[in-house]
Amino acid sequence: MNGEDGVTDVSEFPTPPFEFETKDGRTVEVREYDGERDALKRMYEEFDPADRAQGIPPVRDEALERWLDTVLDGINTVAWYEGEAVGHVTLVKDENLDAHELAIFVLQSYQGEGVGSRLIYGSLALAYECGVRDVWLTVERWNHAATRLYKKVGFEVTTQESFEIEMATRLVSQK
Amino acid sequence: MKTVLGIGGSEDSLRALEQTLNRTVKTDDELVVAVVENPDSPHGAEEVVEHVNEEVAAHEADAEVVRLEGHPGSALVEYAEDGGYDEIVLGGGKKSAMGKIQMGSIAEFVLLNSHVSVKLVR
Repeated sequence: MNGEDGVTDVSEFPTPPFEFETKDGRTVEVREYDGERDALKRMYEEFDPADRAQGIPPVRDEALERWLDTVLDGINTVAWYEGEAVGHVTLVKDENLDAHELAIFVLQSYQGEGVGSRLIYGSLALAYECGVRDVWLTVERWNHAATRLYKKVGFEVTTQESFEIEMATRLVSQK
Repeated sequence: MKTVLGIGGSEDSLRALEQTLNRTVKTDDELVVAVVENPDSPHGAEEVVEHVNEEVAAHEADAEVVRLEGHPGSALVEYAEDGGYDEIVLGGGKKSAMGKIQMGSIAEFVLLNSHVSVKLVR
């Protein structure tokens, strides 16, 4: 069982590609990113600025392009509905640490539908297969929904004396 | 405008120095550059003072350089409040591998404690 102890057992998670049905009955597919940059860019152009986290995704076009250059070099998992990207998890290697930084974005109209959980499950299973073991992230204090999700998959709080909360987990597979 | 720029030598504080010096030369603002000890900075205070003096000279700016001892955030706030400054200027943080903005500990302290307006340079 996963939960808040800083260890994530990925053997409980489905590996992409897989499909699931959202609470309101839409069939969403979770797949590893495979060059669909234009679709991701469209998703981010539609993104509600209120859901940005610590400056990402950037709003200005050239900054968004540069940001996509950075994150698409990492390990990326995308949720699809009828050919459009509706959610994205990215893991980017931190050059100074042997760890990957995780971020998740779900389009507003797909939030609260289980898309975020499935995306996290799929992306951590995929990351484990790619050899990733240590994952960290930061989350803004007021983002309780995200913090709950991260705890559910095993992340524990490592630093909370600053404006954002830092969390980390170690991926294992007990298969 | 009476401005105090806090600098500890981190990348973002060096950018803030550059931008503030450019602005000062144009506006004739009164500027004090206060060098503090930032434990997260790759450069020591001596080195930072030297760099600031060079930059001030290079910009032909009229700025005073001071060194503040002790806890960097509280030293800056005290200096600004006691001196009747209008504004504290600081570097606006660094970016993680992912590109997320992460604020430095000095900026966080100053934002929460200062009665003087605070400007973060991005």
